[in-house]
Amino acid sequence: MNKILIESLSLQYSDGTESLRNVSMEIPANAITVLFGPAGGGKSTLLRCLNRLNDLADVQVVEGKVLIDGENILAPQTDVIALRRKVGMVFARPVVLPMSIRANLTYGLELAGEKRRSKLDEAVERSLRLAALWDEVKDRLDDPAIALSGGQQQRLCLARSLALQPEIILLDEPTSGLDPISTGKVEAALQELKKDYTIVLVPHSVQQAARTADYAAFFLQGELIEYGEGSVIFTAPKEKRTEDYITGRFG
Amino acid sequence: MEKSLNWREFVITRLIKAAGYSAILFVLLIFIFLLREGLPTFGEVSLDSLFSVRWYPIEEHFGILPLITGSLIVTIGAALIAVPFGIGTAIFISEIAPRWVREILKPLVELLGGLPSVVLGFLGILVLSPFLRVFLDLPTGLTAFTGSLLLGGIAVPTVVSVAEDALDAVPRAYREGAWALGATQWQTIWRVTLPAARSGVLTAVMLGIGRAIGETMTVMMVTGNAPVLALKLGSLFSPVRTMTATIAAEMGEVANGSTHYHVLFFIGMVLFLISLGVNIAASSVVFRAKKRAERILS
Repeated sequence: MNKILIESLSLQYSDGTESLRNVSMEIPANAITVLFGPAGGGKSTLLRCLNRLNDLADVQVVEGKVLIDGENILAPQTDVIALRRKVGMVFARPVVLPMSIRANLTYGLELAGEKRRSKLDEAVERSLRLAALWDEVKDRLDDPAIALSGGQQQRLCLARSLALQPEIILLDEPTSGLDPISTGKVEAALQELKKDYTIVLVPHSVQQAARTADYAAFFLQGELIEYGEGSVIFTAPKEKRTEDYITGRFG
Repeated sequence: MEKSLNWREFVITRLIKAAGYSAILFVLLIFIFLLREGLPTFGEVSLDSLFSVRWYPIEEHFGILPLITGSLIVTIGAALIAVPFGIGTAIFISEIAPRWVREILKPLVELLGGLPSVVLGFLGILVLSPFLRVFLDLPTGLTAFTGSLLLGGIAVPTVVSVAEDALDAVPRAYREGAWALGATQWQTIWRVTLPAARSGVLTAVMLGIGRAIGETMTVMMVTGNAPVLALKLGSLFSPVRTMTATIAAEMGEVANGSTHYHVLFFIGMVLFLISLGVNIAASSVVFRAKKRAERILS
């Protein structure tokens, strides 16, 4: 079942650089879809189209459609706030907000108008367990979130988007600043999460892409070069350029 | 070669050191001078008289309470105007305005900050006070309120400029984090950007208040210069006199070494203590917030 449908999406920034050229792809539900390729290939731009975070950057032209559950989210009448609650995002650098661990987690819910203490506490525990962080922080939920280690902060950010019970989770190089052990924990959490969520991941290395991908899309300079099942792409790519990149001949 | 380098190094470091120490020395000297000229007040004027409500130096009435309350009411009024306006403008420039508007507004605000206060006082006398007199139906337009409005206007550029810098320094990632959670623009500003810039914004407020409390020329021109105890809300709309204006107006005519002369210096000391208090309060708030974060991090 396809959760997200991208139809001939093109995007150009206002300084003239073209970031996405005629990209079409289908992203299935309950799987990890990996967008990989060298820097500047448009992976993050595509990710940011899916929750309209590009609205705030200097984007000049957007063409094409992005359908989530059959609805074109690029249409001007889309409720962007509701969209972002449905499509959670985790960034490359963990952005913990300057408040306590608990407040970081309940923040999104409170913004959405949830006030009941029991609901909030429940969401805190559930999302922390999902992000495999509960055991490490359950005794110090009221400490400032800044005091957590880098890996914990990143899982806190994951938990924070999970607290909103989104349907789709976007991750933009979520482990680029983490040590191998923390990276392993995040990846393990993602494997658990894909049972209930649609996950779109921009990995920070080809190895991570190969480890995690159910489906993989290779991007090169704004173009989608190849898209298919991860097991196929990383073992028997059809395109020469994909193969060159995976085997480390460039990039 | 090496020798001459060493020699230059020596002179330059000594010069820098001398400059640093002399700044401290000058402040100390000013403070000592203030104490030397102000402290004799206690020997010449009884405390009862000093803290009475009548300021009439010619007849030996040296009650400074009306001056203190005058300064306070004008400053508080100015702060009430400058803080919301200043922070609001800073938020607009840094968070809401499109880039080209920001690039016009920011230098413009900083230009306003350089406006000589006597020019503003001039505007106050000629435009604002006649307008207020008619509009609010007052016996005179030269009131504490007039002074507050103008002082607020003087403090706003300071507040805007510093607060905008603080908001601008908040990492973009914070905002994106909030947006990605479905926060509206206002929720992002109020609950993420402002708290993150808290210490800078607080500094902006304190600098603004400092600017207002020390301002002399404008208040002397527009507050009516009547040393009347200002305790009621209504006294906002009657003439008052501030501490700064008193010193500025009377210092030139006072006999050197007389009681009146000493009391004026004493007022200067009080002024100094008040602004010292404001500064310490501000920095301790910032300091405490920092300390707490450091303690938990260690």
